[in-house]
Amino acid sequence: MPDVIPADSVGIVTPQIAQFDTPLALSCGQTLSSYQLTYETYGTLNQSASNAILICHALSGDHHAAGYHAMSDSKPGWWDTAIGPGKAIDTDNFFVIALNNLGGCCGSTGPTSLNPETGQRWEASFPIVTVEDWVESQARLADLLGIQTFAAIVGGSLGGMQVLEWSIRFPTRLKSAVIVASAPKLSTQNIAFNEVARQSIRRDPDFFDGNYIDNNSVPTNGLGLARMLGHITYLSDDAMGAKFGRQMRHDNYQYNYGIEFEVESYLRYQGEAFTKRFDANTYMLMTKALDYFDPASQTNGDLSAVLSRAQCEFLLVSFTTDWRFSPERSEEIVNALVKAGKQVSYAKIEATEGHDAFLFPIPRYMAVLNTFLTRVANGLTSEVK
Amino acid sequence: MRSDLEMIDEWVQPNIRVLDLACGPGELLHHLIQNKQVNGYGLEIGHDDLNTCIEKGIPVLEQNIDEGLQNFDDQSFDLVLMTHALQQFRRPDLLIDEMLRIGKECIITFPNFGHWRSRLHLALKGRMPVSDFLPYNWYDTPNIHFFTFQDFERLCREKNIKVLRWAAVDGQLKDHWWIRSMPNLFSETAIFHISR
Repeated sequence: MPDVIPADSVGIVTPQIAQFDTPLALSCGQTLSSYQLTYETYGTLNQSASNAILICHALSGDHHAAGYHAMSDSKPGWWDTAIGPGKAIDTDNFFVIALNNLGGCCGSTGPTSLNPETGQRWEASFPIVTVEDWVESQARLADLLGIQTFAAIVGGSLGGMQVLEWSIRFPTRLKSAVIVASAPKLSTQNIAFNEVARQSIRRDPDFFDGNYIDNNSVPTNGLGLARMLGHITYLSDDAMGAKFGRQMRHDNYQYNYGIEFEVESYLRYQGEAFTKRFDANTYMLMTKALDYFDPASQTNGDLSAVLSRAQCEFLLVSFTTDWRFSPERSEEIVNALVKAGKQVSYAKIEATEGHDAFLFPIPRYMAVLNTFLTRVANGLTSEVK
Repeated sequence: MRSDLEMIDEWVQPNIRVLDLACGPGELLHHLIQNKQVNGYGLEIGHDDLNTCIEKGIPVLEQNIDEGLQNFDDQSFDLVLMTHALQQFRRPDLLIDEMLRIGKECIITFPNFGHWRSRLHLALKGRMPVSDFLPYNWYDTPNIHFFTFQDFERLCREKNIKVLRWAAVDGQLKDHWWIRSMPNLFSETAIFHISR
């Protein structure tokens, strides 16, 4: 709980809801006749509506990217370290929009919402949505807010995939793209991790084939297990080693299956805490969106061919110890952009935190982001000064 | 602008694709993007230099050249540049091969260690030369290969590399007749424009 709101915080923020009644045709073939998107904004939109930045969230993110909802909040938004007055994404310069993606569980229409056609919760019947669908829905939110062209669209991990999709799908609607710790498509190993996560949820007897709310149940074991697995892959071996080592709960081995090592306790806590704030169907759906994303499939696997449509300037950032979305994956995007002759810069940041690094205020990372966006703010993106 | 950069500018055609290896703060690329409208990229690992490039809007990629350039396709650039850096890499000979694989042409500049002052320094003092231009001690210098104008010419001959043109200048970019007549002795910086 903040006693006072820090000077570099966006302060107390209130989520807003946008209602859409124009049907949205989804990649899977189904259509959403109406839906809501929950979002927050920070900073002020300028007269020409040219200073907007869209933040795309990752697997377990939401619209609450910065600031506090109430003075009693224990923590600020998930990317508060980067968004605020004077921060890397400077709300003195930019009007920042963060939304909860479609299919989410934090206010936007998703599996826990009511299906207007049946009056029942969607639950398992909620259609699988893709990165393309998200970008389409984000563009409609931009229309609603009167934003034709974003100064920048920024995202890490799965969020970075949305940024990449924006640059291909709506090339004239963004001046710059910031893609952090991401990939042009998942590796086989990544899909495999996602499948284990999904299976752990699906095999939980409390899952009820996805209709658990209807059955007054929550698949906490499955979702918790999925999160534990995910968490391991977001950290580096070194980071885990440094944090826990072989620290033990007791002085001696207990020779049972209770918690012996602190890392076990940590993972169990992370898994359990996650089940209190996240919906299992949403988690499954988000992992599918990750699996399906592969823009190069439109051009016979040629990433530079599909990226030749892009017109914005790119900044790519990766982290040395990230093995879930390794630097090599970011470099695939960089190389394809260079091949396509696009404006791109790339920074590989030394970090110990693994994939999670993209959420940490690592000084050089923040400096690179700030330098790039300051230049965007100065309106110099299309010409070298 | 650094001494050799103006010379290079005269040799570069407009609107071409340029890769600048070890681009530093991007002075040359900045100039070529502005004046020659090139589609240019720099490679750099220095954090401050990377940030300076990003600040100026010069496309720059963090990549360690000593770890290879396999990510660039054969003949995918019109020109590959390297100014005052070849002496810092592990295998300059292999690097030149790579540069000529990636680029149709290359421009390389380097400090000529055969300059009379270096020779005199070593001959009279018996110690490795330290000058304004190469201000390091032998143990902390990033310049791990020292070579002369003639050494480079000879390597080109051995590798059947064409020297399209060369220039040899003193520390002040002056192109005197005596430098041109005896570049190995009088040039401080050598500039080679080469191709296969």
